Amino acid sequence: MSKIRRHQTQNELLIFERSSPGKIGYRLPPLDVPAVAADEALGAENVRGEIAGFPEVSEVEIIRHFTRLSTWNYAIDLGLYPLGSCTMKYNPRLNEAVARIEGIVDAHPYQPQALAQGAMRIQQTLERYLAHIAGMDAVTLQPAAGAHGELTGILLIRAYLQSQGDAREVVLIPDSAHGTNPATAAIAGYKVKEIASNERGTIDMASLAAAIDDSVAALMVTNPNTLGIFEQDIAEVAALLHDRGAQLYMDGANMNALVGVARPGDFGVDVMHLNLHKTFSTPHGGGGPGAGPVAVKSHLEPFLPVPRIAEEAGALRYDHDRPRSIGRVRAFYGNFGVLVRALAYILAHGGDGLRNATLDAVLNANYIRKGIENDYHLPYDAPSMHECVFSHNKQVARGVKTGDIAKRLIDYGFHPYTVSFPLIVHGALMIEPTETESKAELDLFIDALKSIAREVETDPQLVLRAPQTTRTSRVDETRAARKPILIWEPPANGA
Amino acid sequence: MYPPEYRYTKEHEWVHVSGESAAVGITHHAQDQLGDVVFVELPDVGAKLQANGAFGTVESVKAVSDIYAPIGGDVTEVNEALIDMPELLNSDPHGAGWLVRLKIFDATELEALMNAGEYAEYVAAEGG
Amino acid sequence: MLAALGIESIEDLFESIPEDLRYRGRPAIPDGLSEYEILDYFRARAEEGAKGYASFLGAGAYRHFRPVIIDALATRGEFLTAYTPYQAEISQGILTTIFEFQTMVAQLTGMEAANASMYDGSTAVPEAGTMAARITRRGRLLAARSLHPEYRQVLDTYYRHQHLPVETVRYDRDSGQIDLADLESKLSDEVAAVIVQSPNFFGVIDKTREAAELAHRRGALLIVIFSEAAALGILQPTAEADIVAGELQSFAHPTSYGGPCVGVLATKMKYIRQMPGRLVGETVDAGGNRAFCLTLATREQHIRRAKATSNICTNQALVALMATIYMTVFGKQGLRELAEQNLAKARYLAAAVRANAGSLVFSGPFFNEFVARPGSGDGARVNEAALEKNIVGGLELGRLYPELDGALLVCATEVNRREEMDRYAACFGPPAGGIGIE
Repeated sequence: MSKIRRHQTQNELLIFERSSPGKIGYRLPPLDVPAVAADEALGAENVRGEIAGFPEVSEVEIIRHFTRLSTWNYAIDLGLYPLGSCTMKYNPRLNEAVARIEGIVDAHPYQPQALAQGAMRIQQTLERYLAHIAGMDAVTLQPAAGAHGELTGILLIRAYLQSQGDAREVVLIPDSAHGTNPATAAIAGYKVKEIASNERGTIDMASLAAAIDDSVAALMVTNPNTLGIFEQDIAEVAALLHDRGAQLYMDGANMNALVGVARPGDFGVDVMHLNLHKTFSTPHGGGGPGAGPVAVKSHLEPFLPVPRIAEEAGALRYDHDRPRSIGRVRAFYGNFGVLVRALAYILAHGGDGLRNATLDAVLNANYIRKGIENDYHLPYDAPSMHECVFSHNKQVARGVKTGDIAKRLIDYGFHPYTVSFPLIVHGALMIEPTETESKAELDLFIDALKSIAREVETDPQLVLRAPQTTRTSRVDETRAARKPILIWEPPANGA
Repeated sequence: MYPPEYRYTKEHEWVHVSGESAAVGITHHAQDQLGDVVFVELPDVGAKLQANGAFGTVESVKAVSDIYAPIGGDVTEVNEALIDMPELLNSDPHGAGWLVRLKIFDATELEALMNAGEYAEYVAAEGG
Repeated sequence: MLAALGIESIEDLFESIPEDLRYRGRPAIPDGLSEYEILDYFRARAEEGAKGYASFLGAGAYRHFRPVIIDALATRGEFLTAYTPYQAEISQGILTTIFEFQTMVAQLTGMEAANASMYDGSTAVPEAGTMAARITRRGRLLAARSLHPEYRQVLDTYYRHQHLPVETVRYDRDSGQIDLADLESKLSDEVAAVIVQSPNFFGVIDKTREAAELAHRRGALLIVIFSEAAALGILQPTAEADIVAGELQSFAHPTSYGGPCVGVLATKMKYIRQMPGRLVGETVDAGGNRAFCLTLATREQHIRRAKATSNICTNQALVALMATIYMTVFGKQGLRELAEQNLAKARYLAAAVRANAGSLVFSGPFFNEFVARPGSGDGARVNEAALEKNIVGGLELGRLYPELDGALLVCATEVNRREEMDRYAACFGPPAGGIGIE
């Protein structure tokens, strides 16, 4: 079966261009108290005129507008979405249902704690399960995203080292790391020193040993790393750091390879973040909201953000009195609605189910790797975990780069893999299928990549002109960046 | 390809000296590696540049490169045309795409730089 | 599949994890549950909350009517289960809605450009502050004490290690607005920006224009913060602001125990390259059709790494989409009517509180929130009486503002009915048992 064929797609204007003066799509209940003159209540200088350009449309126009736009998107619900390190797994709809239960969705962050026991119990339960999965001692749910969790984690390390007498100056980061790692370290006030990878694609122990001195605060490592390879020497890495008084931070972006199989806490990690929108199935939503809980060993627990949940005689309460805390990293208690969804996912799977998901995620990645290993260059042949990384080395001789292969995949009905990352692989194709794909979908994907490899040999122009089946063809990103147009403006002539 | 009267750096900048004044830009090879240039950030007139010091950035859609001064000097003029037409760096890197003009401190600094032939060889050896 | 890989068991694929690092314990997580059991679990948690209570809480998380079509549209799988629109050709849906979001935020705030959203209002504040520090190349910030206290705490956490000291500017004890004399005395040539919230945490419309004038005189920027977006339907935006940052939860998402939310960051076009976060721009495709794509990505962490404008990697796209739909449903007329209803409800409640011997602490103009004290006893006593009537009262301010101990921050929106406002206001009166007995 071919995955796609042509289909009618609707054109649609911007909502501002659909507007007509006086049209409305809302109705409020009549005001049951006396109306107030805004000018008198606020002072005339504080009252605005009409919001120029704002939409005026009817309900059916709104439905059609956003429904038509939605059909211009690819999504997990339409098929495999193999973005490496993004863990685009199926998003169960049960999660959406429970997050919208009355009493949960309308809970207010400041309602009396006696009337918030259910919400606090959800948080406490999730904290415990995540701590167990990570093999750590305590968890904060406050960070709103993975990068936000990284910042929280590095601030925890800083506060801890400060309490030992010296916050130190340098954070070590492997050259295969996500860009958020060095950006985070810099924002937390550290200098970044890069550690080279060895020929296996993992941390080079000699380079690491040479880089560690008393100025090093921490190493930030992703494990499995961004090549999808497990850092086998991780326990030695941890020992090396701890010997010099430094901490080991783990970026949990790739936890989908480990849940139930191995626990970062058991291999010496001091602090890590988890991405609930990756490993724990909460929807990516076009780029958020996510959640980036941070798990720590007990020596870092006193520094966790305030407030912490405490329990006394079966009653939960917030403890704000934590003098060594780094403070708040976000208002309220984090992205609570995302936490609810993640807990639903954990409850649905149970301990054994979570482990099985990991096994299937690794199986699927290896099945793809095997399927295309004769057609694409594999720069590192160490065993793959939940994702595999190829390069365009075989295709580039014909003038075809990884970005072109990605665009051609769209013509086969798939979202592309992650393009040109990690940076240590020139022309990378980074593929992560996740456990929720069937063999049938994987086979279609493998066939598509093999077919593209053949096209590169026979008709490279076909690949270079891709995508050809989409309603929007290749987009001129240069033009967008040279003369940025970031908002819609009404036509100057009023037409 | 590379004007013989210019001098070149390993960071792919060029400098063209006439008397006490010098024009500075990036080479054809540099713009080719960057791809379509979308934005250029330049110093203010009056800034003092040290040889080998970063003095601005050139951006394409997906990359940023620092630009280093081939030679020290006071900035006497910046190429305002690049604000609206950064594409000049792609279309005419050795001419209309110049970045800054300097009043140079020390002409002997030029001796450390490559001539056109050496630079062409350097680019070829780099695999460009 | 195992045969294709030439292995006997999936476990064989994990050989690269050293044996002693594998987890062999029993999972401390119970066996998987069915859909029905999970629904029951969360319904039981919901019963341990404030279901069925009227509420007068605001303080950064606001209760508003929410058109049902928001979820009908935002839960479409094509929006819900897509990721960041890196591949523009198959992401025009989300890219177009973000462009509309950026446009509406700019229209609402009176700025020239806005980004694709931030995590929330609290984290947008330090991002705006560092942006101002980059623009001005200065290293101090002034923040009004009437900025949401949890936003100020986040600011402290972010800046403690960035050599960006934050000094607090007092509020005027009568008006509840920024103390301009204190601001002027604390301004110097080292100050990058002045951060003022309006309506401020006390619900009072603040003196942003006067603050802008003082800040600009010393070469500092003005950052205007808002946490109640509904006020933007009626409040004149501060044209003098250099950056506007805030929280759009009111237009997007139920209070959901404080998250998810959606932060905004808007500014003048000349500062756009110093702005953190995702940006969507208009362009054309190869066929010359209008199209949208992520743009100015060189500011971001995946390219500039340690030199990026921020470590932020995503926005809150789905919540931003909800806000976009909400703003479209209410539109030009609706946002105004909504704001007028909020204004009227809060005025009514304030009058009812006064009629029951309560008093308002501040004299400055307020939108839908105000600080009040009962005639006798303190706010805790008022709220205890309210709870007995199934009403969650306003926020007790003592923990956040010791000088306002005993006072309440009370919020009335369009969802509060007159009858419940009457019942709550009565709690400000003398306690049952008669006047003078405490």
